[in-house]
Amino acid sequence: MTGQDNAVPVLRATGLVKTHRAGRGGAEVKAVRGVDLTVERGDFVAITGPSGAGKSTLLHLLGGLRRPDAGEIHLDGRRVDTLREADWAVLRRRRIGIVFQTGNLVSDLTVADNVELPALLAGQSARAARERREELLADLGLTDRAAASPAALSGGERQRAALARALVNDPDLLLADEPTGSLDSRSAREVLALLTRHHARGRTIVLVTHDARVASSADRVVSLFDGLITDDARVTDTPPARGVGDVLDLGG
Amino acid sequence: MRLPLLALLAKEPAHGYELKQALEQTFGAAYPRANIGQVYVTLGRLEKAGLIEGRDVAQDGKPDKRVYAITDTGRQEVAKWLTEPTEGPRVRDEFFLKLVLAPETQLADRLTLINNQRRHYLNVMRGLNRMAAEERGNQVSQLLIEGAVLHLQADLDWLERCQEELT
Repeated sequence: MTGQDNAVPVLRATGLVKTHRAGRGGAEVKAVRGVDLTVERGDFVAITGPSGAGKSTLLHLLGGLRRPDAGEIHLDGRRVDTLREADWAVLRRRRIGIVFQTGNLVSDLTVADNVELPALLAGQSARAARERREELLADLGLTDRAAASPAALSGGERQRAALARALVNDPDLLLADEPTGSLDSRSAREVLALLTRHHARGRTIVLVTHDARVASSADRVVSLFDGLITDDARVTDTPPARGVGDVLDLGG
Repeated sequence: MRLPLLALLAKEPAHGYELKQALEQTFGAAYPRANIGQVYVTLGRLEKAGLIEGRDVAQDGKPDKRVYAITDTGRQEVAKWLTEPTEGPRVRDEFFLKLVLAPETQLADRLTLINNQRRHYLNVMRGLNRMAAEERGNQVSQLLIEGAVLHLQADLDWLERCQEELT
């Protein structure tokens, strides 16, 4: 990770607004209606809320995949919402890793090449890219799948490979849109364990999720309703006093 | 407590402390521990009802322990309990009462209640995540935690619906 000043937030968004238009001349829908969000270095933030609340739109704005109608985005203290697409592409290659719900892999490339490609595009040497790829695939338990094509992977493996791809350039910020949304419960647990591990090593993570197990693993849960943040809470580490008994009473 | 103890005794005779340990080993550390006093009181009642029989066994240097065995009536009671459908309310939820009644009182607003409750659920969920990691290897405990997690997810979804409709 780069040695930025810890006092400067990794991400600072203010007054973000984004309006969708349903088709040509269709009705306007305000997906994001004025969001302020600051993410400190090392934060693990989960954005939750009902479908249609604007969660994914917000994440896309933060990753520069879409442009806000109003508001500003600062990355490491530098204003980025005004950047051109080409500059955003460079940012996404070097500073921001993104994982989507359906593992964004190139179908014609092997898993290994999928992971190495962003490293090569970012200017790493072939050798450095290969070493980083080997390290990540080993870390994510995918070493023996390196030569496979994405189509041959299980859902959980595909999502882990997408995570390796997103992490290959050691981004300051990892954005993930429902990273466990299409996975069975076991694969979801694996992906969650990986995110938690990378967060413990200092990675800054912002993810969108509807899965409370995922949300509760974050340090901070932001609730989005109807395009606005209605709560922003730290999740505490005090274990529930009665364990399962806080939820279930088996009676008898 | 009454029927689980009776069910354990259907396997083999045991004394109170053994039963408490058997319950804890079966359901794991994630489930609240049985209270030993409550175990003894319950065993006394079961004996009075003729569902179990106790006899005192001498121990070296310690007071006698009372070992209980299930009776035929007790066995029938367990069989009936096991095979009849489990009725009764599935979920007890006082929060919804608060949420509905709050605005009339003018003492709290709904969004604050919802946010507090969501935070509480998420904290409990985080604790359950950790317990799931610690209880790896105990299948019953894992399933129990998973059940609690699914219920909490439903609670959170419901909370979200309440926020959509009531705030």
